[in-house]
Amino acid sequence: MPAVSKGDGMRGLAVFISDIRNCKSKEAEIKRINKELANIRSKFKGDKALDGYSKKKYVCKLLFIFLLGHDIDFGHMEAVNLLSSNKYTEKQIDSMDSVKQSAALCLLRLYKASPDLVPMGEWTARVVHLLNDQHMGVVTAAVSLITCLCKKNPDDFKTCISLAVSRLSRIVSSASTDLQDYTYYFVPAPWLSVKLLRLLQCYPPPEDAAVKGRLVECLETVLNKAQEPPKSKKVQHSNAKNAILFETISLIIHYDSEPNLLVRACNQLGQFLQHRETNLRYLALESMCTLASSEFSHEAVKTHIDTVINALKTERDVSVRQRAADLLYAMCDRSNAKQIVSEMLRYLETADYAIREEIVLKVAILAEKYAVDYSWYVDTILNLIRIAGDYVSEEVWYRVLQIVTNRDDVQGYAAKTVFEALQAPACHENMVKVGGYILGEFGNLIAGDPRSSPPVQFSLLHSKFHLCSVATRALLLSTYIKFINLFPETKATIQAVLRAGSQLRNADVELQQRAVEYLTLSSVASTDVLATVLEEMPPFPERESSILAKLKRKKGPGAGSALDDGRRDPSSNDINGGVEPTPSTVSTPSPSADLLGLRAAPPPAAPPASAGAGNLLVDVFDGPAAQPSLGPTPEEAFLSPGPEDIGPPIPEADELLNKFVCKNNGVLFENQLLQIGVKSEFRQNLGRMYLFYGNKTSVQFQNFSPTVVHPGDLQTQLAVQTKRVAAQVDGGAQVQQVLNIECLRDFLTPPLLSVRFRYGGAPQALTLKLPVTINKFFQPTEMAAQDFFQRWKQLSLPQQEAQKIFKANHPMDAEVTKAKLLGFGSALLDNVDPNPENFVGAGIIQTKALQVGCLLRLEPNAQAQMYRLTLRTSKEPVSRHLCELLAQQF
Amino acid sequence: MVNKQGQTRLSKYYEHVDINKRTLLETEVIKRCLSRSNEQCSFTEYKDFRLIYRQYAALFIVVGVDDTETEMAIYEFIHNFVEVLDEYFSRVSELDKMFNLDKVHIILDEMVLNGCIVETNRERILAPLLILYSECVDSDL
Repeated sequence: MPAVSKGDGMRGLAVFISDIRNCKSKEAEIKRINKELANIRSKFKGDKALDGYSKKKYVCKLLFIFLLGHDIDFGHMEAVNLLSSNKYTEKQIDSMDSVKQSAALCLLRLYKASPDLVPMGEWTARVVHLLNDQHMGVVTAAVSLITCLCKKNPDDFKTCISLAVSRLSRIVSSASTDLQDYTYYFVPAPWLSVKLLRLLQCYPPPEDAAVKGRLVECLETVLNKAQEPPKSKKVQHSNAKNAILFETISLIIHYDSEPNLLVRACNQLGQFLQHRETNLRYLALESMCTLASSEFSHEAVKTHIDTVINALKTERDVSVRQRAADLLYAMCDRSNAKQIVSEMLRYLETADYAIREEIVLKVAILAEKYAVDYSWYVDTILNLIRIAGDYVSEEVWYRVLQIVTNRDDVQGYAAKTVFEALQAPACHENMVKVGGYILGEFGNLIAGDPRSSPPVQFSLLHSKFHLCSVATRALLLSTYIKFINLFPETKATIQAVLRAGSQLRNADVELQQRAVEYLTLSSVASTDVLATVLEEMPPFPERESSILAKLKRKKGPGAGSALDDGRRDPSSNDINGGVEPTPSTVSTPSPSADLLGLRAAPPPAAPPASAGAGNLLVDVFDGPAAQPSLGPTPEEAFLSPGPEDIGPPIPEADELLNKFVCKNNGVLFENQLLQIGVKSEFRQNLGRMYLFYGNKTSVQFQNFSPTVVHPGDLQTQLAVQTKRVAAQVDGGAQVQQVLNIECLRDFLTPPLLSVRFRYGGAPQALTLKLPVTINKFFQPTEMAAQDFFQRWKQLSLPQQEAQKIFKANHPMDAEVTKAKLLGFGSALLDNVDPNPENFVGAGIIQTKALQVGCLLRLEPNAQAQMYRLTLRTSKEPVSRHLCELLAQQF
Repeated sequence: MVNKQGQTRLSKYYEHVDINKRTLLETEVIKRCLSRSNEQCSFTEYKDFRLIYRQYAALFIVVGVDDTETEMAIYEFIHNFVEVLDEYFSRVSELDKMFNLDKVHIILDEMVLNGCIVETNRERILAPLLILYSECVDSDL
């Protein structure tokens, strides 16, 4: 109480306080207080009007009595009178309000500094109650505090919803009279309204129907007001109004449950898109971006496509254009992908340098995501390289190679298209790289046409050779050696090129080595060996697009600045997209090595004579800085630690594993000698598995030893205890092995089962993948549609979602699909998806260390015989992994 | 608060930033805003912040916020702040601010506490300042 401490008189107060302090007993204190209360009451009631000083003194005394814990039932009017006084020292007495306000914000500061320091519980009710305070400043401060606190303890502060709604409703409907002071250019309390709307965005829609009704009414009022003629022509009026409007729209988008409001919001934003104020256009584009992801308003957003494309072309502000590009990206779907991609490509020709790379990534992603025919995809990417070659990062052109390699229906087209693209007198080096790689792999597919006969292909590529960087030249050398294999007629020409002093004695070690090795390989190896070594690249393992990972990184917080040096981009470990961060991936010198799937693929089983060259070819992307690729690198050694050198899993291992993703019992493996059956059950994070080994022959197996191996750091993720089995299995007999399994944390690779025995003296070895996949630890969760959508929205970060669109491999039968999804472990939720054809599921993966909530949605398209599968979980690798596992089941 | 020449007239931080990093931060922020034309929108991104700025004659007022604030609300709040200054100094100029930095700070503190908007009513914002000022005059007499 600053006024008390100030030596401005009020002796009576000081005397009273010292009297109280000197009281020997509780009774004496009460007696003294009662005496004083009687005195004050008589003064307040007395005929004589009190002056400001006396009023202040008595109110102070009352306050002091109140602080001692006694009830005060009078004097409020006098206190209020002090507030309206024009003397500051008198006014300050009533400034308890400003104390509350400061206290609230101070608490907020403390909480931000150290959240654990602030105890929850007893005073949450008091904090929430501040929303009812008469003083608007207190309410404003309280809203800030609650908005921050409720993020961590949403349940504790749940009561704030109804208070916030009623406060908001009173403001919006201008029903309360205490707003006079807080009306800003005819807009009642704009900043408080914005804050209240923000607070409500911490919660799902109110459960109480009455509260919800009142809130919806508020939101409608705000939307209505936007259509009414303005009460003032002043820009301040419309600015304040629009501030509320934008926050209202944010809340509507957050709830994502009122189709009517969503569409109205979309129309309102559509109006803003053509507003003459740049600020409004910018904000409208931004808001619409989030609106596009709601299924209720996606279609409504799409109707504005022409306006947005126009904005992309005509806006003078680069940040507005960027928002327009973002929105186009967000509103893109199969129906308008071609239009949007072509518009973005056109824009790219004139786009600002600052945003070119991002646009390139977006185009590349859209082209891949919505590609119906892959020739369109190839065209698009080649166009990208042609228009903005400098901004096409490695990820983009790696990706086109992956896709072409994996899809044989597009390979011929790709070869033809790159061949044509390379005809251009000046083409970007990235085009040469893509062209070199594709022709080296699939040049044979167009060799029949005399216009693109092998010698023509070669001389076309070689005409670019001398202008290219070392990395590209290294790649082209690999193309040449592949040509020798594909087209024996080019052998002499190519050998001459390799033999030339400029290659064989090149100053660059990498080029020199390639030239020497390839030349020797082509001269000493027989056609068969050559054909084996230079075989077509195997398909790349399917995984998340590395481009998507890159776009996410770009969107992450700005890195490398002096101000946030302590901060790390959480996704930075994800450079290679899809590999668990093991020590080896972190230390990998070149991302391209991983792109080629070195780690995922089993060690090449090439004959020892050509192993060196084989590795070199695999290494084709590695620039000169890459480490020598002869012999296993330290990483490879690390990754195949197999205790007692167990062999790689048999080729069918993955297929066999897939059969068990949705079921627990069955025959895991069978050949002429041995049958392995599986029975298993899982509960929470534990599981028990029975393996039955049947000897199908009439001869005894000796030294029979099945063991379970944890590759990589699976050991820390999954514990499997096995019991030893008898070393002999008689002919026709069956032995049983029990495995106890505990899931410690989420894992991506299954353990391996290695079975070794001697049959008739000959050693037999077999490695299988044990059918333990992460989905076995699923616990189905039932929930209502509303909860589902709320959770779905909570997992809306791009990295939390994994999506796959794929062709049906089995007849599309709803009942079978249902059974598979249930077998997969999730609960099936009815009446959640508006489209009854779709399947929606939810579950929790139980591990010892953590639980991972999973939501899934499967949309069959019977016409196209395709599925779209979307997984959202709180852990990125889990989403992707589950998506891959499940996609193979249909 | 920055003038067109890029000189900071007033700066206030509601999150801790090292003193020696502030100059660098301010320079970058100012450069970002000065390089934008009138046709461009008043919001721009800077690292993890959003910058919201308005220009009054030769003076820029720039506010950096995180994503818990609404752009339009802050944009208009800047104007509210300027109106308060205008009323107090009766047609505020850059010089007023230079020579009355303490008062500008008091006004700002009344309006923004701990990084949160707390008061937007003009009379209430100015009341303490007016009383303080009149008491000063009284005691001078």
